Amino acid sequence: MTFLGLMIPLLPLMGFLVNGLLGKYLPKGSTGWIGSLSVLASFICVLMIFKDLGAAQAIQIDVFNWISFGNIDISFGLWIDSLTMVMLMVVTGVGFLIHLYSIGYMHGDEGFTRFFTYLNLFIFFMLLLVMGSNYLMMFIGWEGVGLCSYLLIGFWFKNEAYNDAAQKAFVMNRIGDLGFLLGMFFILFHFGTLDIQAVEGLAPGLSADSTLLIGITLLLFVGAIGKSAQLPLYTWLPDAMAGPTPVSALIHAATMVTAGIYMIVRSNVLFAMAPTTLTVILWIGVATSVFAAVIGLKQNDIKKVLAYSTVSQLGLMFAALGLGAFSSGVFHLVTHAFFKALLFLGAGSVIHALHGEQDIRNMGGLKKLIPVTYLTFILAALAISGFPLLSGFFSKDEILAHAFEQNKLVWIILFISSLLTAFYMFRLVFLTFFNSFRGTEETKHHIHESPWTMTLPLIILCVLSVIGGLIGLPYVFNVSHLLGTYLSAVTEPSASLIHHGEKLSHSLEIGLMTLAGLAAIGMILYARRKYITLKAIPEADSAITGIPKLIYHKFYVDEIYESWIVKPVFKMSEWFGTFFDKQVVDRVVNATAGVMESGGKTLRLFQTGNTGFYVFAMVIGMVVLFIIRLLI
Amino acid sequence: MMTILLLFFPLIASLAVLLGGSKLAAQLALGLAVVELAITGYAVSVFQASGPEAFYVFHSWIESPKVSFHLGLDGLSLIMVLLTNFLTPIIILSAFNRNTPHAAGYFSLILLMQFALVGVFMAMDGLLYYIFWELALIPIYFIALRWGGTNRVAITLKFFIYTLAGSLLMLFGFIMLYWYNPDQSFDIRELYRIYITDGNQSWLFWMFFLAFAIKIPIVPFHTWQADTYRESPTQGTMLLSGIMLKMGTYSLIRWLLPILPMGVAKWGPLAITLCVVGIVYASIIAIKQRNLKNLLAYSSLAHVGLIAAGIFALNIQGMQGSVVQMVAHGVNVVGLFFCADIIFNRTNTNETNELGGIRSLAPQFTTMFMVIVLGSVALPLTNGFIGEFLLLYGVYEYNTWLSVFAGLTIILGAVYMLRMFKKVMLGETGVRVPAFPDLYWNEKLALGILVIVIIAMGVYPKPIMDMAEPVLQTILNKTVI
Repeated sequence: MTFLGLMIPLLPLMGFLVNGLLGKYLPKGSTGWIGSLSVLASFICVLMIFKDLGAAQAIQIDVFNWISFGNIDISFGLWIDSLTMVMLMVVTGVGFLIHLYSIGYMHGDEGFTRFFTYLNLFIFFMLLLVMGSNYLMMFIGWEGVGLCSYLLIGFWFKNEAYNDAAQKAFVMNRIGDLGFLLGMFFILFHFGTLDIQAVEGLAPGLSADSTLLIGITLLLFVGAIGKSAQLPLYTWLPDAMAGPTPVSALIHAATMVTAGIYMIVRSNVLFAMAPTTLTVILWIGVATSVFAAVIGLKQNDIKKVLAYSTVSQLGLMFAALGLGAFSSGVFHLVTHAFFKALLFLGAGSVIHALHGEQDIRNMGGLKKLIPVTYLTFILAALAISGFPLLSGFFSKDEILAHAFEQNKLVWIILFISSLLTAFYMFRLVFLTFFNSFRGTEETKHHIHESPWTMTLPLIILCVLSVIGGLIGLPYVFNVSHLLGTYLSAVTEPSASLIHHGEKLSHSLEIGLMTLAGLAAIGMILYARRKYITLKAIPEADSAITGIPKLIYHKFYVDEIYESWIVKPVFKMSEWFGTFFDKQVVDRVVNATAGVMESGGKTLRLFQTGNTGFYVFAMVIGMVVLFIIRLLI
Repeated sequence: MMTILLLFFPLIASLAVLLGGSKLAAQLALGLAVVELAITGYAVSVFQASGPEAFYVFHSWIESPKVSFHLGLDGLSLIMVLLTNFLTPIIILSAFNRNTPHAAGYFSLILLMQFALVGVFMAMDGLLYYIFWELALIPIYFIALRWGGTNRVAITLKFFIYTLAGSLLMLFGFIMLYWYNPDQSFDIRELYRIYITDGNQSWLFWMFFLAFAIKIPIVPFHTWQADTYRESPTQGTMLLSGIMLKMGTYSLIRWLLPILPMGVAKWGPLAITLCVVGIVYASIIAIKQRNLKNLLAYSSLAHVGLIAAGIFALNIQGMQGSVVQMVAHGVNVVGLFFCADIIFNRTNTNETNELGGIRSLAPQFTTMFMVIVLGSVALPLTNGFIGEFLLLYGVYEYNTWLSVFAGLTIILGAVYMLRMFKKVMLGETGVRVPAFPDLYWNEKLALGILVIVIIAMGVYPKPIMDMAEPVLQTILNKTVI
């Protein structure tokens, strides 16, 4: 199993190397298959390990001793347990489907091979992130996926705006990474190790909610805020939609952005020992969830709607973690990976069919023209909206139930947030697929369904989005929660540390579920009335005024960051560089040299060449020395 | 014997190249530098097998004042010699296909420089060390003066005077040490042992610190740097930034810390604060630099500031980080300046506003440039990450808030490097970039080797760290009482 475990990250790495070094010698088109199959092979390794590895078992693989100094050894080590397995299946499974999809989507792009090279590298780093046995290994993956995100957002590098978006993503992630790094320093200094299992074992020995634990967990959480696009570091994610759509599906929806959730669940004992931090996480998650959902109401770019939806859903997951419901967070992570990847791929299929059009005001009536995309997309939208019995219904409900147990206010806000989600998703669906087409005849003429490499992943993901809830059926159904049980070995140690509210009675739980389901349906019907029956179409940019304008412009957060942070730093850079460094620091240096020079000129005057003066000076000197001698 | 050969081979090579004429000077210099590298490789294998004793050389030289010809190669020295002798052939290779005028003199001076640098890292006698230290200034002065850019005369003079002033302080320092030494000698073993009063240590600290701070340079003693880097010919800049400034950081570890522990205890906090302020200051300035070489100069200033900060943190991880980062920075900065040279060679400009879009024209160059940039912004699995992680952790253990401030470098570093990369390489093709041939064979070879080293060191830094650990631990024990 050690061999299989090693092969999981190595196979995509080999795909990366083959395509990256030899890609230009390979026949056109084959590079896409090399990239895809390497991830499929990795997925098969994951399944083979899954078959043999019990839920409570784990594999530790120490590849070599990476960094050692003093009495600290940091191993280049991998760790596979049930939580890793869940993440591995999502990363390699969904990852493979998106690779396959990309073969069709990127067909004909001049950077076809380069695209798969980056994509494989991404999978490699993502696997290191979820498999790392210590925080520094996790950090390799953490920064590595950030690099791939940078490369893929700026994939079409001739476009300045895309390059700016790529750079913004990298820098904002780095802000979070500094938090992560400092968190690691605290851990290393106080625990003497970065090994995650060791730290998880040592943490309960400390006094709960001590400043140290709060400090460590908050710093780690800063890292999660950056990577998982939470308030206030979320603004890079909507911009990241500049990348090709499969990238948005893979990196900016299903895998990379969930790294923050994974990291916290991985360190669940550490976080459970710091209730203050959990409260911070809860409220940041809740605030992000509703804030992003509100912005999502007014966006007209199909990918931007999905991007804000992702930010909002990630907020929901963080809220779950903040409530101490770690496995519920993972459950929603998994179902979200299915339906959000599907939504993005569906959006990609729409964009592909419309030759690059992304504005939903110019779409409409696509239902008949691209039926597979339409059907799968609408099922995914139902799943995310919490339509009864689809995957999102169960996972979202589980989080809402936890919220209801512990904090009614949180429940109310999250409930509102999920209503908004149902509304903006169906605003998107109805504007895109229903009524009549609002684009040009020319475009309409060319609309076609995508090739099988694109539709097959849609269908598979659609099945998963529909039935994915089966892995986490609620207890009222009198069946065991498969995922919760599977993860229990990981989350068990923290369970006793979390203060849970009173368990909901069955009737109340069923009542809440019914309420949520009905509310979702209600919102969908409301959207239907507005956008199908009344045929409302979002107004043109210039016609937006008042609060909708504020929302449409995302509350001007980007503009605020620009003028309060970026501009001042740039100003300071100019001032330091052109004024302070040259006119102050260097002036002092030159002045010192000047003093030396004029001193030399003055001293030169004494060297007259007159022997009489020298004798005179010598006598004076002797007298002075004599007097000093006498005085001392 | 091997020690002597390792030291004097570059001197012989330098003479051979000078006499060999300009026609094949580059090829000859490269061949000889590779031989020196091979000797170094052999030395490393001997070191691994039998330790530093094999390299001990001691001859009395001058009776009064007592100066001895004492050379040694412990782990620290060997790493620095390895860095020097690894980078020298790369630097020579980078000058191929560039039609340097008076090539014999040029390459001869590069090898003479190598001789002096190796001497600095091997000398175990204060005065001998000082002689090599000053000797190193001469070839680089002439390289910059004769082959430099338009403003070379004034700028080179400033550089020369400035560093010379620092060195003079150091000379006074050594003379004082000589007098404090009851046995009256400059031998490092004795200097490590002698007792110097608290007050005198303070004076001596500043004499040595200023000399090293100017060479490294540490803000605010850096104003010679950006101009000199920009106006020197590429190989000169590489020698300066890649190897020569490490003379300063190396000397902090070798000479300052263990000889003047009380001075370090008293003034170290001020020094480390200066370093950390310098890191952020230089990083911020780098953001808005319009000239590529200027930008790289300020980025280098930030990096070496962190190296010095790690040394003054006085703990093993800071010291280890400084050694790893000295090597990493040497490799990366040579790579970066080479990339700047490749761009200048094709476009005749290093102004970032006039460039752009090179990526579509030269994909191989872009990939290699990218990897070097990543090493420089300390991405994990590159050499820069190991160094920065250890250094920042060293500073953290010294003082948490200082490490938060120093840590800003990982954010700012990403800002200025990626902004630069975007302006120079991405976007639509710039006005000055009509044609851009991809890498020539020598460029591909040199950059390829650097890229491999960047990744290899990031994945497996252990050999370097193991080599350095015993020496650093000994020095640390002498410094922290």
